[in-house]
Amino acid sequence: MTLKKTLLASVIGAAMTTAVLPSVASAETSLRMAYDADPVSLDIHEQLSGGIIQLSHMTFDPLVRWNKDLSFEPRLATGWEQVDDTTMRMTLRDDVEFHSGNTFSAEDVVWTIERLKRSPDFKAIFEPIESVTAIDDTTVEITTTKPYPLLLNLATYVFPMDSAFYSGTDADGDPKDEIVKNGNSFASTHVSGTGPYVVTERQQGVRITFDRFDDYWDEESPGNVDEIVMTPISENATRVAALLSGDVDFIAPVPPNDLDRVREDEDVQLVTMSGTRIILFHMNQERVEAFQDPKVRQAFAYAINQEGIADRLMKGFATPAAQFSPEGYAGHVESLEPRYDLEKAKQLMVDAGYEDGFEITMMAPNNRYVNDAKIAQAVAAMLARINVTVDLKTLPKAQYWGEFDERVADMMMIGWHADTEDSANFHEYLTACPDADTGAGQYNASNYCNPELDKLVAEANLEIDLEKRAEMLQQVEQTLYDDAAFVPLHWQDLAWASASNVNIEPVLNVMNFPYLGDLVITDE
Amino acid sequence: MIAFLIKRLYHALLVMFVISIIAFAIQDNLGDPIQQMVGQSVPESEREALREELGLNDPFLVQYLRFAGNAVQFDFGYSYTFNQPTTEVIMRHLPATLELVAASTFLIIALSVPIGVYSAIRPRAWLSRFFMGVSIVGISIPVFLTAIVLIQIFAIGVSVAPFPADTGWGAWLNEALSTDGGMPAYGRGDPVNVFGTWDSNFASLEGLTYLVLPAVSLASIMLPLFIRLIRAEMLEVLQSEYVKFARAKGISLRRIYFIHALKNTMLPVITVGGVQIGTLVAYTILTETVFQWPGMGLMFLNAIQRSDVPLIVTYLMIVGLIFVITNTLVDLIYGLVNPTVKLTGKPA
Repeated sequence: MTLKKTLLASVIGAAMTTAVLPSVASAETSLRMAYDADPVSLDIHEQLSGGIIQLSHMTFDPLVRWNKDLSFEPRLATGWEQVDDTTMRMTLRDDVEFHSGNTFSAEDVVWTIERLKRSPDFKAIFEPIESVTAIDDTTVEITTTKPYPLLLNLATYVFPMDSAFYSGTDADGDPKDEIVKNGNSFASTHVSGTGPYVVTERQQGVRITFDRFDDYWDEESPGNVDEIVMTPISENATRVAALLSGDVDFIAPVPPNDLDRVREDEDVQLVTMSGTRIILFHMNQERVEAFQDPKVRQAFAYAINQEGIADRLMKGFATPAAQFSPEGYAGHVESLEPRYDLEKAKQLMVDAGYEDGFEITMMAPNNRYVNDAKIAQAVAAMLARINVTVDLKTLPKAQYWGEFDERVADMMMIGWHADTEDSANFHEYLTACPDADTGAGQYNASNYCNPELDKLVAEANLEIDLEKRAEMLQQVEQTLYDDAAFVPLHWQDLAWASASNVNIEPVLNVMNFPYLGDLVITDE
Repeated sequence: MIAFLIKRLYHALLVMFVISIIAFAIQDNLGDPIQQMVGQSVPESEREALREELGLNDPFLVQYLRFAGNAVQFDFGYSYTFNQPTTEVIMRHLPATLELVAASTFLIIALSVPIGVYSAIRPRAWLSRFFMGVSIVGISIPVFLTAIVLIQIFAIGVSVAPFPADTGWGAWLNEALSTDGGMPAYGRGDPVNVFGTWDSNFASLEGLTYLVLPAVSLASIMLPLFIRLIRAEMLEVLQSEYVKFARAKGISLRRIYFIHALKNTMLPVITVGGVQIGTLVAYTILTETVFQWPGMGLMFLNAIQRSDVPLIVTYLMIVGLIFVITNTLVDLIYGLVNPTVKLTGKPA
């Protein structure tokens, strides 16, 4: 039966293959790529999300950008100096043109940062900046309200926009620079940046086409791709199939279940990296009295086998974590390691007087993070071994976050990537004393509160001496670890795959912002 | 006739009204659209402002009346993700879905009629048994799996070597069992624009190659059902008096099978078929997702994942409309095939 079907299949297949037209060879180097989603808008200030930043790196250039080793690389800014504690002066390139033909100048940087401060998504992280002034065409001065050590981190988010192009009003009489979340705006459908690619065609949800910008300023860039066609393929199996069948040359992300399949295929290459997104569980102290006892929290931390989850469940596609900060971040403490020890966990439960355990509820998304629902099940099973009965519920992400905001379960899963690529950000959102007015601890579903740590982080955020600052942040990580404020699980790894002649490795980084302008495709 | 159409129009409006109420009532369970529109680090105050701006804080009835008031003027609101009127978004995705359904329908009709008739005429032939066996398997395999297997075989290619490759016959068999792949695995390629928002895959040979795998996997759901239906009906008709009489009269077998018997076989097939074509539109959600076919099904699934309520409501209403339209068409065709049926319901 299967034989017949396969025979029949191969006959049909042979008939079909001859019908496929041979692809027309062109002199242009073209990259066909597939991501799991396409950018929601062309306005790079409309949403702070990975997809938008990826788009920004294609159509715009930042002032500075991250290197692979998390150091800064000058882009549109060639140099910077701290004039005093609250002022930084940046020198800009003078040979840069926008896609529209306008010349890039300091005024565009001022205009862009002022627009960022109006964007609902970006205004929070640009809060520290008080004012920006153009000293001359190639010099800007950025003033912060208080000494702020992360100004360069912020500069990676400043992709100067063409202020002349985005000024005035469009055909409907709306200002061209308005940021509209729901509804059309000029900026959400028109782009003029300084970046390596110009958007030539866009059908949302279907395809977006980019052409290399002829007058791109960076003549030293090795990039040789003339055209990029990006298709969103949300279905994991189809995305991998598209790569393996040669329909596309570059895909991301590669689902963990298909890693082996991609690795073994001779015509494609796989690149993986330890990521920076921490996956963790909060233990709600407000809902569960037992969680107020540090011993119980430690018992939970000892009972959960991070290495096991990373090895077996994630098939090695995750780096087990014992803290927020991944390697390379200022607050990363080398000595902190996952502390799985079941005996010790049981002993701690006895010490805390919960020998017979208790019952808790747990909630996790089921389509937000890699294997999220399975991880939650594994954690629930591990907790059963210290007599904790878990009532687990998993939800699609669209519904999950509403429940998370309401803190409806005793243990809730969350993944976090620090927008500033900085350790302090983790604490500010995930473990700072919750305060609805300042927005501190917005995602602190543990309701953990340690005012001393809040103070320490606040001080660190004023500390210009980066070494001193790192020490302070490491102290924060150590305290959170000792207190077992939450249960860290792992940093989710990143994976990309491409045809073997597409040299993706040099342009990839842990932020998952591929610098496609520098991508090299070699002849086969 | 006109009275019938007016009645159906009234039906359509009623269906759409009911669907809109149901869709609106469940929107709270579809998740928070704001969550999908802003970054994770955006403070609650900004979210609240956006929620207020979109009118999501208003009571259910106020929200629904606002929607209904606009809807009667053919304004179904703005999609949260596409930032365009939902009707525009759907009109852009509709041709892809309709083409896929049309291609599948064509496959189903072109295959089920001859196969069904054949296996009714020769119920004991081994080929008939083979078709019946395959159709059982076809009915039981989910469309999702069919699609992935098709992609593996025809797009990626399989290379197997169960036979000794060093012998001539073994190498030949291995070669025959392996496939090179090469069919497009996703999307529509570069469809040719016909007019307006209608880009067609039927207009070029290359476009058709993109259509083959999705259409085959979508057809795989309904094809077995129709083969079995036609076979059963035909078997019954062949037993009837008038067929026996025709045979006794000496009319050629071909004429009996394909003119006299088939026509009566088709009546129930048309009824079921009309309903099933509507269902086919629903099945496109799965097929389109696997093949990244940029039609309404894929759009709908994305809309659900992003809690794009206006788009979800509009989609459901339009699918309801499609059901009413196909049923109306079926009734019209029914009248053509069987003149004894009067549409207006008056006795003949």
